[in-house]
Amino acid sequence: METIIENELVRELANKHGRTRESLIPILQDLVVQYRFLSKKDMVDVARELDISAADVFGTATFYTFLDTEVRGKYIIRICKTISCAMKGKNEILSTIEDILKIKLGETSSDRKFSLLEANCIGWCHKAPAMLINDTPYTELTPEKVTEILREYIKIQ
Amino acid sequence: MKDKHVKRVDLIFEKIECRDVLEKIIDMEPDAICQEILESDLKGRGGAGFPTGMKWRFGSQEESSIKYIVCNADEGEPGTFKDREILDQVPGKVFCGMAIAARAVGAKAGYVYLRGEYKFLIPKLNEELAKFHRTMDEFNQNFRIQVRLGSGAYICGEESALFESIEGKRGEPRNKPPYPTTSGLFGKPTIINNVETLVYTVMIMKYGASHFKELGTKDSRGSKVFSVSGDTPKAGIFELELGMSVNEFVEEFGDGDTKAVQVGGASGFCVPRKRFEETIIGFEGVPTGGSMKLFNSTRSMYNVLHNYLDFFTEESCGQCTPCRVGCQQLLKGVEAVKRGDKNSKYLDELVKLAKTMKRASKCGLGQSVGNAFGSIVENFKEEIIY
Repeated sequence: METIIENELVRELANKHGRTRESLIPILQDLVVQYRFLSKKDMVDVARELDISAADVFGTATFYTFLDTEVRGKYIIRICKTISCAMKGKNEILSTIEDILKIKLGETSSDRKFSLLEANCIGWCHKAPAMLINDTPYTELTPEKVTEILREYIKIQ
Repeated sequence: MKDKHVKRVDLIFEKIECRDVLEKIIDMEPDAICQEILESDLKGRGGAGFPTGMKWRFGSQEESSIKYIVCNADEGEPGTFKDREILDQVPGKVFCGMAIAARAVGAKAGYVYLRGEYKFLIPKLNEELAKFHRTMDEFNQNFRIQVRLGSGAYICGEESALFESIEGKRGEPRNKPPYPTTSGLFGKPTIINNVETLVYTVMIMKYGASHFKELGTKDSRGSKVFSVSGDTPKAGIFELELGMSVNEFVEEFGDGDTKAVQVGGASGFCVPRKRFEETIIGFEGVPTGGSMKLFNSTRSMYNVLHNYLDFFTEESCGQCTPCRVGCQQLLKGVEAVKRGDKNSKYLDELVKLAKTMKRASKCGLGQSVGNAFGSIVENFKEEIIY
């Protein structure tokens, strides 16, 4: 018999949100809060805890942009690339961030502190260009402003 | 009198005592509530414009011990950001609107489906929700609301995809009918309304349908919150009386060099300067969920169109072929024309494809890609080709 190693966080989250299908997304969202992405193992453990197939968990997770199934950094930067932000200098912000963090769009820094991604409209068009770092929005960005913001994040150990 | 039709209104963000409205509606017959909303001629403010009172009446007529009220706060249309502001400024009014709907149709449970991008609003919403539930307790009402978060999928703003998502599944739209009032969330009769719509129902119950109807036109009663962005010195959120022309809007918000206004976001219509005068912003002209983007003469409409198509290609759920493949082909197609790999006649083929998508796609996403595509290609053909 295969030995099942207890995944305490998954169990805890299932206790918190419940074990029905509608609990699946809140559980996955909380795992992402904890690890910034969903590992294969965690998805299998969630499937077992909710008594649904692992394929269902994977299929659901991969539908949603914010339920990442690839390794991500502690701080996920999502720059809005939709029209207003694109018109107001999003590319300049992007290259400023690439220069500071020494990573390209889509990459995660080797210390797994930052991931740099693009997002579709995040709802700050009147204060473009905008980005999210994890859940926090930053708006009316300029190269100077974004440099200042990143400096603060870099300081955090 | 050039701005006679651009009239500021302050209903949505007006700070009111919600408990007074709740106290009033609790004593009302459910049908009288539906009737009042029907008489106001309020149409859904999310973009589709379905008469709210009719939706509520359909929901009220369903025989079911379980019914749901869902607030659609999955505001994802490019250029729309007013729901975020409403939830930030007057969250209590949104919950109050849900309670009115609940009373009207006989529901005991409600959900707010908030887009993941607005997660930062959660602490404030929870605080306000606790207050709301205390008020419900005082009035001996058992209606309860929970907040659910999206995870970055535009399609979940489509009502049936939103239900799928709350149910813990991929956000893939369902076939209609059945409509939500018959079979919505968990297969139960469900009233789903946009954030702004719910707040208007509060104001209609407070001031009466006739007061609301004093504003707007026959086809577009009342006012609407607009999200204004792009080439404008006045970007932001404005509640305006419905019925103005694009020209009047541009006179108020333009930078003096406006060549086009995209009304209704990426899934809406592009109005070129020559049509500003004749085009009314509202259900009799170009409808909008609130997104108003202004473009001046320095902007390439090819870039605008390309940006929208890139958006739809990524956000199509992929479930039905016309939308999944159609979005990709429209994007590849305009790129090929721009590069000169295809001649300009090819654009006509692409317009036909967009029309096919309108007829054959399963949900509003695929059905409305052709709106922006057709109106941009038709009016700015040279910019797409050269």
